[in-house]
Amino acid sequence: MTEVRPITVAILAMGGEGGGVLADWLVHAGEHADYVAQTTSVPGVAQRTGATIYYLELFPREAARRAGKAPVLALMPVPGDTDLVIASELMEAGRAIQRGLVTPGRTTLVASTHRVYSMQEKTALADGRVDAEALLQGCRLAARRFIGFDMIALAEKNHSVISAVLLGAIAGANALPFARADFEDAIRASDVSVETSLAAFAESFAAAQGTSVESRPSARQQRESAALAALRARVRELPGEDARAIVLAGLDRAWDYQDAAYAEDYFQRLTPFIGLAGNDSGELLAEVARQLALGMTYEDTIRVAELKIRGSRFERVRREVRVRPDQILKIAEFMHPRIEEIADTLPAALGRWLMRPHWVNALVRRLTARGRVVTTTSLPGFLQLYAVASLKRWRRGTLRFHNETTFLDTWLATVLEAAHVDAGLALRVAGLRNVVKGYGETHERGLAKYATILAAMRENGWRRHSGAEIDRLIEAANADESGAALDTAIATLTPEPVRAAS
Amino acid sequence: MAERSFKKEVESLRLKAGDEFRGEAILAVTKALLQSGVNYVAGYQGAPISHLIDVLSDASDILDELGIRFEMSANEATAAATLAASVNYPLRGAVTFKTPVGANVASDALANLSSAGVTGGALIIVGEDYGEGSSIMQERTHPFAMKSQIWLLDPRPNLPSIVAAVEKGFELSEASNTPVMLELRIRACHVYGSFTVKDNRRPSFSLREAVDAPRRDVGRIALPPATYAQERHKIEQRWPAAIRFIEDNKLNEFFAGDIADIGLIVQGGLYNTVLRALQLRGLADAFGESRVPIYCLNVTYPLIDSEVVRFCADKKAVLIVEEGQPEFIEQAINTILRRANVAARCEGKGMLPMAGEYTGAVMVEGLSKFLAVHRPDLAPAPAAAAVNDNLAKAVALVAPNIHGRPPSFCTGCPERPIFAAMKLVERELGTHHVSCDIGCHLFSILPPFNIGSTTMGYGLGGAGAAALNVKDGKRAIAVIGDGGFWHNGLVSSIGNSVFNKSDNVHIIIDNGYAAATGGQDVLSSNADNPSRSTRHPIERAVRGLGVDWVRTINRTYDLARMRDALKEALTTRVRGPKVIVARSECMLNRQRREKPLFAKSVREGRRMVRDRFGVDHDTCTGDHSCIRLSGCPSLTVAPNPDPLRREPVTKVIDSCVGCGLCGEVAHAAVLCPSFYRASIVHNPSRWERFRDRLRGAVIAFLQQRLEPASAAGARHD
Repeated sequence: MTEVRPITVAILAMGGEGGGVLADWLVHAGEHADYVAQTTSVPGVAQRTGATIYYLELFPREAARRAGKAPVLALMPVPGDTDLVIASELMEAGRAIQRGLVTPGRTTLVASTHRVYSMQEKTALADGRVDAEALLQGCRLAARRFIGFDMIALAEKNHSVISAVLLGAIAGANALPFARADFEDAIRASDVSVETSLAAFAESFAAAQGTSVESRPSARQQRESAALAALRARVRELPGEDARAIVLAGLDRAWDYQDAAYAEDYFQRLTPFIGLAGNDSGELLAEVARQLALGMTYEDTIRVAELKIRGSRFERVRREVRVRPDQILKIAEFMHPRIEEIADTLPAALGRWLMRPHWVNALVRRLTARGRVVTTTSLPGFLQLYAVASLKRWRRGTLRFHNETTFLDTWLATVLEAAHVDAGLALRVAGLRNVVKGYGETHERGLAKYATILAAMRENGWRRHSGAEIDRLIEAANADESGAALDTAIATLTPEPVRAAS
Repeated sequence: MAERSFKKEVESLRLKAGDEFRGEAILAVTKALLQSGVNYVAGYQGAPISHLIDVLSDASDILDELGIRFEMSANEATAAATLAASVNYPLRGAVTFKTPVGANVASDALANLSSAGVTGGALIIVGEDYGEGSSIMQERTHPFAMKSQIWLLDPRPNLPSIVAAVEKGFELSEASNTPVMLELRIRACHVYGSFTVKDNRRPSFSLREAVDAPRRDVGRIALPPATYAQERHKIEQRWPAAIRFIEDNKLNEFFAGDIADIGLIVQGGLYNTVLRALQLRGLADAFGESRVPIYCLNVTYPLIDSEVVRFCADKKAVLIVEEGQPEFIEQAINTILRRANVAARCEGKGMLPMAGEYTGAVMVEGLSKFLAVHRPDLAPAPAAAAVNDNLAKAVALVAPNIHGRPPSFCTGCPERPIFAAMKLVERELGTHHVSCDIGCHLFSILPPFNIGSTTMGYGLGGAGAAALNVKDGKRAIAVIGDGGFWHNGLVSSIGNSVFNKSDNVHIIIDNGYAAATGGQDVLSSNADNPSRSTRHPIERAVRGLGVDWVRTINRTYDLARMRDALKEALTTRVRGPKVIVARSECMLNRQRREKPLFAKSVREGRRMVRDRFGVDHDTCTGDHSCIRLSGCPSLTVAPNPDPLRREPVTKVIDSCVGCGLCGEVAHAAVLCPSFYRASIVHNPSRWERFRDRLRGAVIAFLQQRLEPASAAGARHD
């Protein structure tokens, strides 16, 4: 009986990512290197973006010739018996580990460390992303050898596809007993986008020979602005590094949103939280500062118009959609200002009047029933938004400003009230503001959820509640759009012993 | 036309005797048909046998040269009925479909065919869609063979064995006057390998000879009293003939081994997996040299009693490796052994699981159990993959961070807006019962749409809602694709609704192809297909059946129209079924067609505009409503670049094809103003460039007025 065994290779990819192309390349490279190659897959409906596995076996042709027999090759991987596992994405690498395909004694794992988020992660109302660091750690632990870096970035840089980068990493890491030329020959033979594929292959080859895990881009930088110097100086005396950074960012944001006076206003509203007893770390200050900055820079029509037509934004879009200098870019915005947003932008009294039921209200409602597409790269479109953005100087008089100010003042007072009970509780109450976000109905639903949670808290008295309980309510608020989960969560709050007795 | 071209594969159908064929097994089957002198081929597409049909669709030259008739059948029943040509004439025919679903549809014709018996070889090539990657309910094709007395081949999964099974299958069919089924599992269909080809063969008796001199034999028609004679003929003549042929031609294989007191009886299709398991236990090598004797059933029905008895006679135990349930083979072998008084213990489902695919891991475990009981002296499993702390830690780390990743609608899919519209209507009118059909649109049952309660089979979406008709109650909604509609939904769903005065709403999704099976044309396809008759509008067919309330929406991406049509259908006072035909071309196929043309035009210097969408992160509040109403793969999340915000923002990645749904959703659901459409003009004219520069200068001037250089601190870019 021969001792020669086939090399076993599993490719985990998502439909449409070119896992089949990669498998074909490996077959070609194997045949070029005088191996018998067999591959199979179960594409079926999985080709429509679902997770799918391709499986290959490679057997030295020389051994088959000596034996005068063809090898019997398997059509699916056996856990613990896979030499090379290739994953096109980090969660798929994790899936390979979970399925037992990656083992410390045997398996070389070649994986891209970028994330393609699952539907569950994408549809979360807040942040539903899984722990990528844990996945990476799992890869390092489970594999005999782990070659991982952000391969999609490398592919995009070379205007190529991830399969070419994966192939380069396999070759560069010497994960298969083939020469570089064997792999390159496979790319050439496929006769599609050969040049870009070879470029991506070459760069990935080098990366796999040099690095293990590529570091991710580091934290963002804060830009200085001379005009805020005075306020900044005061901020630098605040406790806690986090708090300082956030207050500074908040100042910038308020200034950018309105003017210097607004930034001062921001700082003023924060002062009750500076030096508050039991808050030496500045944790509460940081959270209040963060939430207040976001609350004060709510997205009204003026803000949206301004953000849409800024030069820096046009530049960003050019970068993002990769417009070359010899091409022309047109940007069309999808906006749907309703009567509510119009009233919000009017002087408070006029806005309130508009929202009352009368013929003007009905007319405006009818006129705003449909969304608008505004081309901001055309003069008429640009000027429309320019005019709206120019209303900024009158913002302080608008209905929305009035409403937001009242809301934030009440919220700040509530946080302060909670702070006198317990610092941890106050931190959660501060974070509660985040339940309110979005535009239109989303915003209204958020407001309702915010009010519901606060009312439940007050009804039983602050002291009866723990921070963990609020966390649970916030989580429930973020669980669905309708608020059903929140209602259930509130119903199961600690029962009131006083009432139960009566 | 199918979503990919098979020109290259078609070339391999022309290989000459002695050449080496390299490719997928299902293409090797196609070549084997031509080598066998087949007269006609018919089939209904579906994974894993779609490629057979796709390749023949592109091979009309070769088919014409050989005088072969090729039909893309309306459904599997049509395909099976096509084999009627082999009943009276010495014509070789092959049909193909996926099973067991295809066999379910085809069983009427299959039963008639097998009762009548055949003169020419009749081969039914079935793709057994079972186990990982399957898209259907988990059943077996085996009982269809048993109930109708059709012989069932299950060859070892390598190309030479599969090709031989095709050739021998025709001979067996003719020798026993019985149709023969060739069963290929998913991985076997897609396995890449090679075999040495023979020349293609022109059939010895042509279709023309048959139609020019028609023959009939009332004894071959399934009507009493002939049916009684046919049943006896099956048992008394055809069965023994088949047994003789299978034995004489050694279709089943015996592999000897030195551990002679035990043995394995294996379905041919599982042979490679069994061998790998033996190899991992140190009982076989990579060339198939096994120490444990193997009886490989390349024919799983009928069983050859004498062979079974011979294999088991001197053994104390055999393990039957039979995938799926019920365990027909195990039961039959037990019967054979008891009748022959052979004492060998017959193990099977006691050692291996009753349900589920026999993967490598399952096989290793089952084999180990068998050896532990019957040959405990054989060394236990070598300490492969010894328990490792790191591995356990790694699995514990990754497990909570892995989500299922089921298939879903492609980027830019025109079916997505239909379900987005249903979500919007749900907000206004509440939820309705939704009956689904088979096809890509069935992905609606998964997040983010979560729409649909049942699916009863291809073309049966409307039928599945038939009972749920209540006078003046809420209307049930039935979804059906153009594939399902032409497969049999026209009658089973729509016709039935008309006849029974149903009040339900039918949404017929017309994307121009049988998209889920690989983009084959159907009657209503828009493509200009030289070999098929297309462009028969669904609306005309539906009106022809007697539906009065029909709305055709020619651009599904028009979300507001889609929503309004649906609302109207659910609320109109008009009686009778309400049908909405929602038309937009399958994006996968459209991109395959248009992308290369676009690139070519750009290269040639022509003015071309590409649209794609984007999200401004500074106005995105991270609530992800847009994703919940769309679920597009190119609509995803990204870390928030804003230092004050934590929730990930929505992002459109470069795979966006600019279908526009996200903009429409933002409009129709009044979401947020973050979406923009970027139109990139390739090769703009000089005049256009001049105007753009002029406009840019004015805008830049105003932009500077808007944000004086010093005013703002941070730009949250």
